[in-house]
This record gives sequence, C-alpha cells and structure tokens, in this order.
Amino acid sequence: MSGTILVGARERRVRTGGIELCVAELGEPGRPTVVLVHGYPDSKEVWSEVAERLASRFHVVLYDVRGHGRSEAPVPLRGGFTLEKLTDDFLAVVDAVSPDRPVHLVGHDWGSVQGWEFATVRRTEGRIASFTSMSGPSLDHFGHWIKQRMSRPTPRRAAQLLGQGARSWYVYMLHTPVLPELAWRGPLGKRWPRLLERGEKLPAGGGYPTASLPEDAAHGAWLYRDNVRARLRRPRADAFAHVPVQLITPTGDAFLSERLYDDLERWAPQLVRRTLPARHWIPRTRPDQLASWITEFVTATEDPGPAPASTGTGKYADRFGGQLVLVTGAASGIGRATAFAFAEAGARVVAVDRDAAGAARTAEMARLIGAPQAWGACVDVSDEQAMEKLAAQVAAEYGVVDVLVNNAGIGLSGSFLDTTSEDWKKVLDVNLWGVIHGCRIFGRQMAERGQGGHIVNTASAAAYLPSKTLPAYSTSKAAVLMLSECLRAELASKSIGVSAICPGIVNTNITATARFAGVDEAEEKRRQERSSRLYGLRNFPPEKVAEAIVEAVVHNRAVVPVTPEAKGARWISRFAPGALRALAKLEPRL
Amino acid sequence: MAGDTRQLSADLRGFKEVQQLAYACAEAVAARLKPGITEREAARMQREWLRERGVRDWFHLPFAWFGDRTAFVDFKIPLQFFPTGRRLEPGMPFILDAAPIYRGYTADIGYSGSLGLNPVQDRLMSDLREHRELILTEVRERRSLREIYEDVERLMVRQGHANRHRAYPFGVIAHKVDRVKERRWSPTVFGFGTQALKGLAGDALHGHREGWSPLWSPYKFSDHPPQPGLWAVEPHLGFRGTGAKFEEILVVTDSRDPEESAFWLDDDLPHVRRWAEERAA
Repeated sequence: MSGTILVGARERRVRTGGIELCVAELGEPGRPTVVLVHGYPDSKEVWSEVAERLASRFHVVLYDVRGHGRSEAPVPLRGGFTLEKLTDDFLAVVDAVSPDRPVHLVGHDWGSVQGWEFATVRRTEGRIASFTSMSGPSLDHFGHWIKQRMSRPTPRRAAQLLGQGARSWYVYMLHTPVLPELAWRGPLGKRWPRLLERGEKLPAGGGYPTASLPEDAAHGAWLYRDNVRARLRRPRADAFAHVPVQLITPTGDAFLSERLYDDLERWAPQLVRRTLPARHWIPRTRPDQLASWITEFVTATEDPGPAPASTGTGKYADRFGGQLVLVTGAASGIGRATAFAFAEAGARVVAVDRDAAGAARTAEMARLIGAPQAWGACVDVSDEQAMEKLAAQVAAEYGVVDVLVNNAGIGLSGSFLDTTSEDWKKVLDVNLWGVIHGCRIFGRQMAERGQGGHIVNTASAAAYLPSKTLPAYSTSKAAVLMLSECLRAELASKSIGVSAICPGIVNTNITATARFAGVDEAEEKRRQERSSRLYGLRNFPPEKVAEAIVEAVVHNRAVVPVTPEAKGARWISRFAPGALRALAKLEPRL
Repeated sequence: MAGDTRQLSADLRGFKEVQQLAYACAEAVAARLKPGITEREAARMQREWLRERGVRDWFHLPFAWFGDRTAFVDFKIPLQFFPTGRRLEPGMPFILDAAPIYRGYTADIGYSGSLGLNPVQDRLMSDLREHRELILTEVRERRSLREIYEDVERLMVRQGHANRHRAYPFGVIAHKVDRVKERRWSPTVFGFGTQALKGLAGDALHGHREGWSPLWSPYKFSDHPPQPGLWAVEPHLGFRGTGAKFEEILVVTDSRDPEESAFWLDDDLPHVRRWAEERAA
C-alpha cells in the first residue's frame, strides 16, 4: 500500500540507443500488457497507486523515461530527447516485455505527449493495441490547433488561444537556458512536494515524489527544448491515431485547456472521452477511477465482441461512466428519475427506498437504459443502523459511492398549532435525519477514500419560502439547505462537492402520501387528492429535476432552484423578503 | 364460459373484422419497414394497403411515429402528430396507428414495434398487459371513467413510466367509435374523417345533455360511469424517449352480469398473443 512504492515489482534493464532504461513489471506476464508512461517532472513511481490496482488483472509495465529516475541520461542532453528517440525507447521496452502481443499504452502528461507520437507513427503499428491519454496532447495536433486559431481568429478562438497561452507559462520558462536546472537542483526541487500538496491537492507522503526529482526535472527540460518548437512550427499532417484512444480530461487542469481536444475526433476516429473533476496529477489523486476506466477500455479492446447492450449514451456519459451513484427515495418521483438520469449516463446505480418493490423496479429499468449494473435496496433512511448496514454492504460489494443523492422525503401540511410532536418527529426523522445519516455515513467513506465525490441533498423551495401551511416541512427543508451549505464548506478541501436542490412544485406522489395535520381522515384523503390534481395540472415532470441534479453535480453548483416558481421565490427571498412574508399569511384553498 | 355463451351480434362481427384487417395491415407494413424509411412512407404504406382491401373512409388517416416521437417528446401542438420525414434506424422503436372504416364499421388500432431489438420497448409492451387487465376490471366495476384514468396513470407511474396519452387532444385514453354511414365521397379534415367526426360530435351533444362524454379524459366531463357502446382504448406508455401503446375496442354493454357488461372485442391480437407467449415461456 502507500508508504512503500511499487511493491513486488520485478525490475530489469533494457538497452536502447546507447543507454539503459529501468523497467519495472507487476502482475502475470501472460495477461494483456499495460505500459504506463510517466510525465514531467516525474518518474515511473507516479503510477504506483494505479499500477497496484491494475496488477491483479494485467501485466503492468512501467519504465523511467531516459534521463529520469533510474534510467540513464543521453550524452549530450541536447538532441537526446527527441520524440524519435523516445519512440525507439518505447519499442525497445515493448519488444523486451511483450514480444508477441501488442500492448495497451497509458500516458500521463509528457508520457501522453509521447504516447500520441507512438500511436500515430507508422513504425509502431501492430505493437500498440490501445492508448489512454491523460493531460498530454499530441504536439502535432497542438500545432494544428494553434495554426487554425491564428489563421482565423474569431473572438472565441482568440480567447481559447490566449487561455492556453497563459496556461503554458512554464513551457516558456523551460526554454530559458540553465536557469530551470538551477532552480530544480536548488530551492524549487526542495519545495516541490509541498507545492504539489498545496496546489495540486496531492496526498502527502507515500514515497512520492522520489528523491531523484531534481535530476529528473533538470534533465526533462530537454523534452521541451528538443521537441516543442520544432513540432509546433511544423506539425505533422498525418498524425492520425491507428489505435482506439481513450481521452481522460481532468476539468481542473491548471496547465491544459479542455478546448485543446475539441477537434480530436478528426485525428482519432475511435475515440472514447472521459472527464474527471480533478487537477493535473490524476494518477496520484484519482487512482481508483483511472484504474477502472483503464480496465474497462483495455478489456473492451481486447475482446471487441458485440458492444455491451447497456452502456451510457446520455450527454454526460463521459463524466459518469462506471461511477457508483446511490439515490435514496428512488422508488418514485424525483429519486427514480434521478436514478434513471444517472443510468443513462452509464453510472452504476443503487436505488434505495422503503418500498422494496419500487426500488427493485427502478434498478431493473435503470439497467435497461444504460446502467452497467444496478441494485435496489430496501432501507428506511431515518433508521441509522439500517443506513450503517447499507453503507457497509455497498462499500464491500460495489465500492465507495461517487455520487450520493439524499432525496428521500415526506410531506406534512397543517398549521403549527395543529401539528403534533409525533408529526414533527416523523417529518424530521425522514427529511432531516435521513439526510444527516446519508451525509455522515457515506460522506465519511468518500472523505476517507480521498478521491473526491459529490453529495446532492434534495431540499425544497419551501426552504426559503415561509408559509403558514407548511411549517414543519419547511423547517426540515431549511435545515437541509443550511446543512448542505455548511457541509459544502467543510468537504471542499477533500474535493467533495455538495449541492442542495430546491425543486418547487413537481408532479410526484409526495402529495398523495403527504400528511395533513389537524383534519380527519376523510378530509385528509380529499386534500391529498385535490393537491395531487393541482400538482398534476402544474405538471412539472420529475425528469427535469433529475436533469438539474445531474448538472449540479457536473458543475458543482451550491444551490439549485429548479422550477420557475422556485427560482422566482429564491430571487424574491433575497431582494424583497417582505413580499414573501405577506404571501406566507395566505391560506391556499384545497 | 362467457365466451361460449356470448352471441356475437352481426354488428360486433363487423367491428371485429375491420379491427382484424387493421392489425393485419399494421403487421404487414411493420414487416416491410427497413432502415431509411420515413414516417410519411410508413403512413402511406398503411393507407395503400388498406385502400387495396376496400377501405374508403377513415376515422383518421394512418399515423406513424419513429424513435423518440413514439413517446411524443416535446410535442406542443397537435400538428406534430402527423407523420414527418424522420427516418427509421436499426433498433429504433416505432408505432403505427390506423383507423380505417370498412363497410361502415370503424376500427382504431395502435401497433408498437422496433426495427431489430429494443429492450426498452420490449419491456414497455410487457408492462402494457397490466393496463389492459386493470381497465377491464374497473370498467366492469362501473367506476367513473375519470377515476379509471387516474388509476391507470398511477399504475404507469408505479411502473416508472410517463403517461403519454396525455399528449393526445383532450388527453384522452379512449374515445367512442361507432357505425358510420357509407358515402360516395368522404373527405377528411386534418386527417380525421368527416363522417366519423360527425358521429363523435353527435355523441358529444347527446352526452352533454345526459352528462357523459364520448371522450375518456382526465377532466371533470369524464366523471361518469362507462357509457355503453364501443370504446377505442389506447393507453400509451413513455419511458425516456421510447413509447409504446396498443389500441383496441372495448365493448361496454348495459348488462348486469359483470362478464357481459364489458369485454374486449377480440383477444386474437398481436399484443395479446405476445403476452400469452410470455406467460407460456
């Protein structure tokens, strides 16, 4: 585990072009080979977490790029780091570790820049089976990207150019002679681990970065000096990928704009896109997600049989493919629609509800529309022990939840003086304690894993809309709203987002099951029917709320009012609260 | 059993015959659908098939919906029901809906299928079975049509589906059909046969006086027990861009015997046969 690095790796030296490379292998050699190539300033150890996770299924190969880690540096350095020479190195390693079968290539940062070269030149054809690229564009594609934007600079294109231009500051710095080497061997090298922790949110320790960092970084400056100017000035016109490519884009990358990959389909016809809310060093910060995507992609390329019947086709399939989403209150209404929306995006879904049959039905339908796996679970969210048990079971069987949607809720209407303490207890137990249990138990798992995640809590427009008819319900939802805001502040440092959704009047069965305090049973039934009919006339579909929830996760939004009336009320509550107070006194006729 | 004792009057036989004809048309056209065919072409194929077999008048001209149009996604105005240039693709769901009048008898049928495998629509079709049973049971109990409508909708929601017959004019799940006089010239207005519309309007007028409506809707004007006569019932399920429906005639009589008070005109229809196979499997 972390603490030691690359446990159980078998090492060998491979000779190429007058130098020796240090190559490490994990896993059984008979399995499909996955070659992991590191970036700058790094050594193969950047992959330790990912490699460990892949080793049980694949033959994992890592090597130190020339001049890095325990590989030898070319003499002289100038001219020793061209992409042609790096391709020689790669072929030498591949011939040594997997002489008969093509390998699956994975590159991060400069490893990915090299990877694009390997995947697009003729002489590697038949030696590579697939390529997974992270945070490293092809210099040739990059050159064309710049040329295109320079030759026809529309305002948008100019902005894209300037945006990437500003992100590339370190590339200009690295082109100055001697100074970068001095900085790396001096103060920068010393401070680098601390900078990574602070700026890039890398977990501290774990033997990374390795002691060779200052030397790696000093030598690696020649990667830039030997290639960047030449390739950007005269990009190859035939840089088409001859293998399937999986592109994993971290959306919070400080060095590379997402726009760089806009025209990538042109260069890589068999392209699968993935996005990840994270910063640049994803092999360190998101190893679970990377291992699962690499496994999925490699497996699909190895065995291309008929495409699996259920894969996400939705708009956000790149973001949620294979992720684990747990939704409470998923047997009906907004919860069910949310489960379906994530299923369409290719997520694995756990549908939780008191209604076992309804939850099972949700899971079954979710599998039909794109969820690779889906399960129903019968749990009452207000029951703490049941929730603990569920969390333990989910973690053991399906993994740590990536997105948690605390949606279960019940309705309660009636004036404050008519509401008994029993009524209060019931509504707070589900609407507030249910959310607290969910956030506490699943939130802790997310935080302990330390690889990000998202929590969505369904509050309500009633959270900021006072009314004399919904005192208990509004109180419970206002608490959920504030809980979400506080939690958002607390979990931000762990890259866990928290969103509160305020739907408004949505056509679900919450009205049909709502309790109306202070009236007899017949009157309660009549009011349930009447309010259901009114909500039916309003006819705002839960599917639209589900869409808003998915987008709230994608964009990490804090508070999301959904229906127009919810938006309007939120606006008035901020700018003319007096008006809402006056409205609150009205008694709606039911 | 009831089926043996039930004497089919000549009228019912006439309705049954045209309903069979319409379903035969739908099956024949469905078998000829290929990738690239447009909705308009599929509608024309139905029209020609039925014309060749003697149909001269229509309750409405044949419709065809492909892809997410089977679930009426983003339908705002009734004109959107008319066939478009949407082309059929492999795996796409489709619905054919025809309402021919033959020798004065009206049928109105809906046939759902897909070009190749479509597991979602397959599931929708299986789920429709419960609706056919529910409607019959509750009509026999003489519940108000509005109540039955709401119960059907509740069942749809429980199944996880959306009620898509709500998109039809007046949100109807069914409408009355009747005998129509055979004229030499029978024009259509906005796709609906004028003779049939006249019949419907007459019913509406009668019903208005007597407190019932020939349209089975979620609104107050349908808050009455089932009116004896023939009802073309069309529950329509939608699930995230895929829709499925069946449509067939339900006979309602004023008999006291529950079995005789309401029954499906014909059980030998593609969707009913399909459910029987499912049960056997």
